[in-house]
Amino acid sequence: MLAFLVQRISQAFLVMFVISVIAFAIQDGLGDPLQQMVGMSVSEEEREALREEMGLNDPIVVQYLRFAGNALQGDLGNSYFYSKPTLEVIAEHLPATLELVIGASLIIVVFSVPIGVYAAIRPQAWLSKFFMGVSTVGISIPVFLTAIMLIQLFSIGVTVNAFPADTGWGQWLNGFFSTEGGLPSYGRGDNLTHLFGTWHSGFFSEGGLMHLILPSVSLASIMLPLFIRLIRAEMMEVLQSDYIRYARAKGLSAGRINFLHALKNTMLPVITVGGVQIGIMVAYTILTETVFQWPGVGLMFLEAITRSDIPLIVAYLMVVGLIFVITNTLVDLIYGLVNPTVKLTGKKA
Amino acid sequence: MTTATVSRWDRFRESFVWYSFKRDKVAIASFVVLLLMVLAAVFAPLLAPTDPYDLAQINIMNSELPPAGLAGSDPAFPLGTDAQGRDLLSTILYGTRVSLMIGFGAVLLQSVLGILFGLLAGYLGGKVDAVLMRIADVQLSFSTLMVAIIVGAVFKASFGNLMFGEIAIYMLIFIIGVAEWPQIARTVRASVLAEKKKEYVDAAKVMGFSTPRIMFRHILPNTLSPIFVIATVQIANAIISEAALSFLGLGMPETQPSLGSLIKSGFDYIQSGSWWITLLPGLVLVVLVLVINLLGDWLRDVMNPRLYKG
Amino acid sequence: MALLEVRNLDVRFAVRGGDLTALRGISFSLDKGERLGLVGESGAGKSVAAFSILNLIAKPGYIAGGQILFEGRDLAAMSERELRKIRGNRIAMIFQDPMMTLNPVLTIGTQMVEAIQAHRNIGKKEAKAIALDRLQKAQIPSPEKRLDQYPHELSGGMRQRVIIAIALLLDPEIIIADEPTTALDVTIQAEIMDLLLNLCEQENVALMLITHDLGVVSQVTQRMLVMYSGRIIEQGPTREIINDAQHPYTQGLINALPQMGEPGERLFQIPGSMPSLKNVPKGCPFHPRCRFATEQCKQSMPEYVRSGNVDVACYEVANLIEQEKHMQEAES
Repeated sequence: MLAFLVQRISQAFLVMFVISVIAFAIQDGLGDPLQQMVGMSVSEEEREALREEMGLNDPIVVQYLRFAGNALQGDLGNSYFYSKPTLEVIAEHLPATLELVIGASLIIVVFSVPIGVYAAIRPQAWLSKFFMGVSTVGISIPVFLTAIMLIQLFSIGVTVNAFPADTGWGQWLNGFFSTEGGLPSYGRGDNLTHLFGTWHSGFFSEGGLMHLILPSVSLASIMLPLFIRLIRAEMMEVLQSDYIRYARAKGLSAGRINFLHALKNTMLPVITVGGVQIGIMVAYTILTETVFQWPGVGLMFLEAITRSDIPLIVAYLMVVGLIFVITNTLVDLIYGLVNPTVKLTGKKA
Repeated sequence: MTTATVSRWDRFRESFVWYSFKRDKVAIASFVVLLLMVLAAVFAPLLAPTDPYDLAQINIMNSELPPAGLAGSDPAFPLGTDAQGRDLLSTILYGTRVSLMIGFGAVLLQSVLGILFGLLAGYLGGKVDAVLMRIADVQLSFSTLMVAIIVGAVFKASFGNLMFGEIAIYMLIFIIGVAEWPQIARTVRASVLAEKKKEYVDAAKVMGFSTPRIMFRHILPNTLSPIFVIATVQIANAIISEAALSFLGLGMPETQPSLGSLIKSGFDYIQSGSWWITLLPGLVLVVLVLVINLLGDWLRDVMNPRLYKG
Repeated sequence: MALLEVRNLDVRFAVRGGDLTALRGISFSLDKGERLGLVGESGAGKSVAAFSILNLIAKPGYIAGGQILFEGRDLAAMSERELRKIRGNRIAMIFQDPMMTLNPVLTIGTQMVEAIQAHRNIGKKEAKAIALDRLQKAQIPSPEKRLDQYPHELSGGMRQRVIIAIALLLDPEIIIADEPTTALDVTIQAEIMDLLLNLCEQENVALMLITHDLGVVSQVTQRMLVMYSGRIIEQGPTREIINDAQHPYTQGLINALPQMGEPGERLFQIPGSMPSLKNVPKGCPFHPRCRFATEQCKQSMPEYVRSGNVDVACYEVANLIEQEKHMQEAES
């Protein structure tokens, strides 16, 4: 167990190192702090003196070490645009993104397991086919498009007049397909509850929750079909195995076989894939936050790109890199804890 | 008595692949739709009623007209117009063209890279394998979309908006191709590892063939079948990735939009009620990606005969 | 009335292009405490026959006809719910590979206790006590430790002992063992077989042993039946069949045993191979490989004739019996 931990954590450090090198390369290559800091009128000698003072003429390795050293102490430079330490800017924006991810994750977990399991046990039922069909379509819709459609349907509202309005059934059908809209689609709203530090939460007020609905559903919409398909595929494979047949031969009930014997084996690969998907979610938050103008780190990153706010871009990459590494390491550890064949040896059996 | 030579076409007609295709209505429908879309995109300059990027042909007076059938529409613009007065049918045709070019181009690039690196990693093993797979792992854990965004952002910042816009289409092919090679490489590597153990490889070595020759002419053909399945799905993914990048402003510029950038520019007008500007290109995008995914699903089922459908 | 009586069992596989017949007209019986062997090559249908008793054939297989009478009730016609009461409880099964049979993510204890609690309304402690008792009967050292262990922590032989212990948990009437030692090391095969034999004798449990090993069959079973291409071609007391097999195929099987060969000479082999399910020939399925094959053999499947206590399905044997009868009549 210890060997397992050590191996995983040292891998994490290695990856972090690589990420920091890349981030530093970007900073060094793109950012000329002088250009942003002083105007055109400053003379060349003064610029040169400033460069010397800021250590910009030192060998590249020294500059990197300075960069890494600062980073480890929590100093990733100041944002050009906000004129504040980048980490502070990130800290202000991070809770919004985290709440979005939490909301989406809840939706995914609550819906994907029952639907995936059902589709695996009763593959021929029309409900299963319906869900699988919707899933296939769902995977084909990029997340920002789902967001836009949701906005059109539930925020703006859609009035359908395709059916003849002068008949009873026409009116009913028109009403059935029309939506009212009304859900907020911009930002987080004003009713946020202050939890601690920079964390203002939207989960504890009705206004906050209303604002969370459309963005969370949008974010979940791309992952949900993936998980449903994954759980269904894994479960169907597990259900073919010998130990399931043996469980039936022992006379166990279908419920116990499906929800204990089969599900436990199904969830193992799902956890692994799920962990990776969390990484992918970070990319999708960028898209979702753009559509809803949600003030999270994704939107912040995009605006930083538009404004060429290099320090903020670099800081974002470092933080996101760290989050990925921590998440992946945690997922590996959790997998190691849950899968008994991994426990003792520390390597996959 | 002589036996008639069986042509390749005859063999294909007898094959399981064709048999399965003929029976699968979804696959046939998807293929037909895809073919139509590809043809429409290829012949866009001939089919489009107007050239939406010829400023002389646009009239701002025509802006924000709804599609045919709704109040206020103009029959000259069957799908309506956007905020500048451009015919939506034309912009969608050209946009599909761009999206498809990038989709196929990116997959071609990532296949070449993926096959090359997969072969090297699998056949040479050792350090080469370790390094390549580490890079692949890091890239995959970041998710290819994230990698594409980062590379795109860096390129945009270093090339500047204008220049980026001009070479955008090649940039995007490059970005997406580089972001997505790990998956193909991994699959190829797995196949190579399995093939390496087989006897024909030993035979080739004993005959003194050089390593590149063994890799490319002997092993490679045997690893290709799973790649077809992955490549198909990857085309869909590439189109979505490009749409996402364009939507974020890191992709095709307004002067040469893909479906993604069309959706982006149309989004600003959704609140004022002109939903077609953003949703019609969106619909086309979804249908395109959907039929490619369905074909990919069918291909996967065909190559995996394990599952009985009795 | 026999404990288990199978009458005219037909099992088919539904595949693209039509159904394939895996078992045709299988009939046999098993008495209380009796040990019956099912012998045949791979693909002859012995495993299918074993699994069909409890209706556990893997899709796309299904029971197409016939009856499986257990204590008078037809298992083939029973609902899943009714069958579940019998599975593991009155009729237990032992599969071939214990590594694949035990769920890798659950402890041995869990897998034993759940088997008990599925059929008896007793608490965990009581169930554990029963589990420990059976583990001891299966001669597993330190049984308390085993309950908390996972399958991959035990050796192959130990796992199979656990499977045997599980089979005995609810004191079943019948144990169906599908090649219980094939997946084990040669050195422990004999041990496990001995254990199974002794336990069945002690507890008076009927045993249906499916195997391709004639040596084991001759030592363990009282009656045996030989299967070929989905049909039973010879059936009767083990001793009689081993000593004086009637059907040409059975004779071939016995002659092929290394013990039967002369030192320095080539081992005997039955020419050809058993046809696949898709290519079963018309008439007697063995005729393409049989040196006594006649036109009649190619046209129709022979009926069973009795020779001593053995039932044989072979025209040649039928003819020989006829001839002997005539000779006896002629003499008298």
